[in-house]
Amino acid sequence: MESKILKIKDFNAYYDDAQVLKDINLSILKNNVTAIMGPSGCGKTTLIRAINRMHDFTPNARMEGEILLNNEDLYQMEPIIVRRKIGMVFQRPNPFPTMSIFDNVIAGYKLNGIKLSKEDRNNIVEDSLRKSAMWDEVKDNLHKKGSFLSGGQQQRLCIARALAMKPEILLLDEPTSALDPKATAHIEELISELKDYVTMILVTHNIAQAARISNYTVFLYLGELVEYDKTNKMMTTPKDKRTEEYLTGKFG
Amino acid sequence: MMLKKKNIKINGDTIFKYAIGSSVVVLIMLIVGIFVSLIVYSYPTIAKFGFGFISGHTWDPVTEEFGAYPFLIGTLITSFIALILSFPVSIMISILLSEYLKSGVIHNYVKSSVELLAGIPSIIYGFWGLFIFVPVVREVQMYFGITPYGIGILTASLILSVMIIPYSATIAYEVISLTPSEIKEAAYSLGATHFEVIRKVILPYSSSGIVAGVLLSLGRALGETMAVTMVIGNSHILPDTLFAPGNTMASVIANEFTEATSDVYLSALIEIGLLLMIVTAFINVVGKMIIKKFSVGMS
Ligand SMILES: Nc1ncnc2c1ncn2[C@@H]1O[C@H](COP(=O)(O)OP(=O)(O)OP(=O)(O)O)[C@@H](O)[C@H]1O
Ligand SMILES: [Mg+2]
Repeated sequence: MESKILKIKDFNAYYDDAQVLKDINLSILKNNVTAIMGPSGCGKTTLIRAINRMHDFTPNARMEGEILLNNEDLYQMEPIIVRRKIGMVFQRPNPFPTMSIFDNVIAGYKLNGIKLSKEDRNNIVEDSLRKSAMWDEVKDNLHKKGSFLSGGQQQRLCIARALAMKPEILLLDEPTSALDPKATAHIEELISELKDYVTMILVTHNIAQAARISNYTVFLYLGELVEYDKTNKMMTTPKDKRTEEYLTGKFG
Repeated sequence: MMLKKKNIKINGDTIFKYAIGSSVVVLIMLIVGIFVSLIVYSYPTIAKFGFGFISGHTWDPVTEEFGAYPFLIGTLITSFIALILSFPVSIMISILLSEYLKSGVIHNYVKSSVELLAGIPSIIYGFWGLFIFVPVVREVQMYFGITPYGIGILTASLILSVMIIPYSATIAYEVISLTPSEIKEAAYSLGATHFEVIRKVILPYSSSGIVAGVLLSLGRALGETMAVTMVIGNSHILPDTLFAPGNTMASVIANEFTEATSDVYLSALIEIGLLLMIVTAFINVVGKMIIKKFSVGMS
């Protein structure tokens, strides 16, 4: 029996008076990749950003309901702690342009003012870069700025930066939509390998991508959770008509 | 006839090119012209005193001995003190406006007030300084048992620091506001607090722009004339304390230009103008180099 690391209960989200998430109930299983799919504007980003409380910075956003991380309500915890435990990778690669590659990886510690010994720092950087399959590419240029990296490398650097905090969950919001096919394949491979270390929730527009790398898939439509199942099951025999229409390209 | 007409192709493009070209030429000629005329008219003192003009401590129109060292020092000291005093204020105003009060009535009010500071004529600052501020300084000086001049280097620096706030604050505000939200979000998603994001992401990102604003305000401080002339005390002696009266290069020119009857005297004042121009240009070049260094590797 797989353990449920994250439970979303009766969750609603609003921007001003517009409701964008309706009564979401969902349990995420540990060490799996869960894909969130759905047509544009259905609330995928809203849902994923609710999980690390990024909406705290959006004044017109309002959340209702509970999200439990290991049975503890995220909205009762310190937001800072929540974000350290739940990392995020964004749609557009966003390494810190003023920092070296090394400092980018260790940025979470620097930003939070966490002191590390030189040895720990080196270990964390090497370990994170190895996990994000970048070590061999950048190990000789660690103290250069990250801006000469390709888009795909920058995105893997952002993954390394998130992994360095040793998060329990990694949220990825369309992490490959700004990348070329080769870089996309590389990131997909990486996500499949990272399952052993971290639970991942992946927003994607790309059905084939969800099929390739996710174990579970959530289908959202107009703010409602329509279907949640093992990916291979949903892809072959969707239960809901709307899911089937989406998978066959009728909309979205 | 027909052939000739075809060759003369006058279109918007060519006219535009010539217009741009000629304005550039005019501009360069103007700068070179000012520079050359300053050199020509200050030739008498350049020839007479040589480098001694810059290092000399005595400025005596009666004996026609001219050393501009006290004024050079006066300019540098007042400008740098003004810079040091105004910098923290400018930075705090710009952070306040871009990160804490992003919009609303107070935002607009503070922003307009800062912009208004730049629009106040220099003579008003001078007046205000002389009649309101100087008496206050005098009280303070009496309290501490210092000769109560009121006017002097420090008073001029304080007035200057207020005058230059808008230049650095406005530019700092602009560049801080331009920090991409992507990298701010990245920092927040790693667990950083608002203050940590400002200190470790926003400020490093905008550092080159902030430096640019500081240099602009420094350039402004170096050349400021009217207000400084009114409150600095117009003394030819090298100031020994910050409370002592002094003179800047700009203030000595403004103050003595009408009295300069002899050729050498006039030449000495013009040479100070030349010196001021060189100092300002030098600061500009150094500033550009700093900005370049700061922005290396930024996309
Ligand atoms: N800050 C905001 N203020 C108001 N409305 C918003 C805000 N952010 C998103 N919305 C609206 O909420 C709805 C859901 O947006 P969300 O970004 O979650 O969709 P999405 O599924 O991620 O879409 P996409 O696939 O295009 O990224 C959309 O209708 C969007 O216009
Ligand atoms: Mg989205």
